[in-house]
Amino acid sequence: MSDLFSKFDPVIQMREDLLASGVEDPFSLVMERVISPTVAVCNGRETILLGTYNYMGMTFDPDVIAAGKQALDLFGSGTTGSRVLNGTYAGHRDVEKALCEFYGMDHAMVFSTGYQANLGIISTMAGKGDYIVLDIDSHASIWDGCKMGDAEVVPFRHNDIEAMEKRLRRIPEGAGKLVVLEGVYSMLGDIAPLKEMIAVAKAHGAMVLVDEAHSMGFIGPNGRGVAEDQGVLDQVDFVIGTFSKSVGTVGGFCVSNHPKFEILRLVCRPYVFTASLPPSVVATAATSIRKLMHAGNKRAHLWENSRTLHKGLKDAGFKLGTEEPQSAIISVIMPDLERGAAMWEALLKEGLYVNLARPPATPANMTLLRCSLCAEHSAQQVQTIIGMFTRAGRATGII
Amino acid sequence: MDRAATADRIAALIEPFNKKGIAITDDTTFSGDLEFDSLTVMDFVAAIEDEFDIIISMNQQAEIETWGHLVDAVVKLQD
Repeated sequence: MSDLFSKFDPVIQMREDLLASGVEDPFSLVMERVISPTVAVCNGRETILLGTYNYMGMTFDPDVIAAGKQALDLFGSGTTGSRVLNGTYAGHRDVEKALCEFYGMDHAMVFSTGYQANLGIISTMAGKGDYIVLDIDSHASIWDGCKMGDAEVVPFRHNDIEAMEKRLRRIPEGAGKLVVLEGVYSMLGDIAPLKEMIAVAKAHGAMVLVDEAHSMGFIGPNGRGVAEDQGVLDQVDFVIGTFSKSVGTVGGFCVSNHPKFEILRLVCRPYVFTASLPPSVVATAATSIRKLMHAGNKRAHLWENSRTLHKGLKDAGFKLGTEEPQSAIISVIMPDLERGAAMWEALLKEGLYVNLARPPATPANMTLLRCSLCAEHSAQQVQTIIGMFTRAGRATGII
Repeated sequence: MDRAATADRIAALIEPFNKKGIAITDDTTFSGDLEFDSLTVMDFVAAIEDEFDIIISMNQQAEIETWGHLVDAVVKLQD
C-alpha cells in the first residue's frame, strides 16, 4: 500500500537488512540501570559507557544532584509555561547568570534543548534576503535553523577557509551575512581553524555564530571552547552551547555581548512557543556550570584519556577520524555499515557501549564508531577499552 | 553570455562528475540520471560558482532538477 509513509521505504529496508544479519539493533539499546557516568547495565550486562558526551562526568556529582532535589522540593516538577509568560523562575535567571560568569559575556538565553538554541537563533537572526554561509558538515540543528529562517543558504567544504572566503566575497552588496561554524565537529572529533575563519568572516562584515557544544568545560584556558583556545572568542557574536554534554543535564543556550541581544527573547519563536526547562534541570545546570569553572584537574585527566585512547587504537591498527587527538571524541572509521554494526555488537558483548554513526549523519557516507571520553573514566578503564576494541576488531576482521 | 556558450562551459565542468559518461540533454536529471549524491552536488556547484564567479544558494539548487534548469539558472545569475 502506498501512502505518506512510502517515502521511508528505503530506510525501512536498510533497517530490515541490517537486523536480518542477526545483529542486535544498534538504535534501540536500553540502559536498564545507570551506575555512574561511565558504567551502566545494558541487557543485564555491566557496560562501560564510551558514547555519552558526558565529557566532564557531572551527571552524578553530589552537589549537582543535591541542587536538583532541592529545586524539586521548592519549585515543583515543572513550570508548565513559556519563558516569556509564567515559565521564568529564579532558577532560570540564575543559570543564565552562571553562563554569563562562565563565558565572561553580557547576555545569556536558555532554551529547552540545544537543538532549539540553534534552531531559534539561526532562524531568527538570518531571515529572507540574508545569507548564511556554513560548513557542509554542520549539525542537523543548524541546517534546520537555516531552513526555518528563509535565508539564502550557502555551504562550503568542511573547514575550507578559501571556499568560505569565495562565497562571502560573492554575496551581493548590502545583504546581511551570518557565518555559522562549530568548534568541534562531532562526527570525526576534529576542530575548526576558527582564528583564520573568523578573521575572514569579519573582513567581509559577517556576524559569526559558533556552536561549542562539544568543547565546553575542557577546551580553552577557561573551558569556554575552541574560540577561546584560539584567542578569538571576543570576535564571536553568538556562542551556542548545550547542557546535555559537559554540563550533564538537558537544555541549550546562546551567549553574546551584543547590546541588543535581549530583544531575542520576544522574537525568537523556538524560545517563546515552548515550555521552559523544569526547575530541577536549571538548578542542576547552574551548579554544574559553576563547578566546571574550577575543574582544572578533571580537564587534564580527560585530555590524558583522549590521548591514551587515540594512541592505543591507532597502535592496534584502527583507522581514526583525526591523525592526532583534537577533542574528547575519537572516531573509528569502519569499512561499511554491515561490518560497523558487527563491530558495534561485538563491543557491546565485550561490555562496551560506543555510538554507531551512519549516513546521512556522517560526512562522506562513512560508518563510524564514535567514542566520547569522560573525565571520570579511570586510566584502568581506558586500558580495558583498548583491550576490548582490539579483541572485537580481530573477531570481526576489522584489524 | 548566451545560453549555448554557458551550456558549453558547464559541460566542460561536469565531465569529471559524469562518471558513467551519460549523454546529457536539457531533460537529464542530476539525482536520477546522473546519480549525484549530496557531496557530488556540493563539488559540482562549487566548480560552477568558481567558473562564473556566482553563488548558487541551496534554496536555488532546490529548484534545479535538470540540466536545462541549471543552464537557465546560471544564465540568469550572470545578468
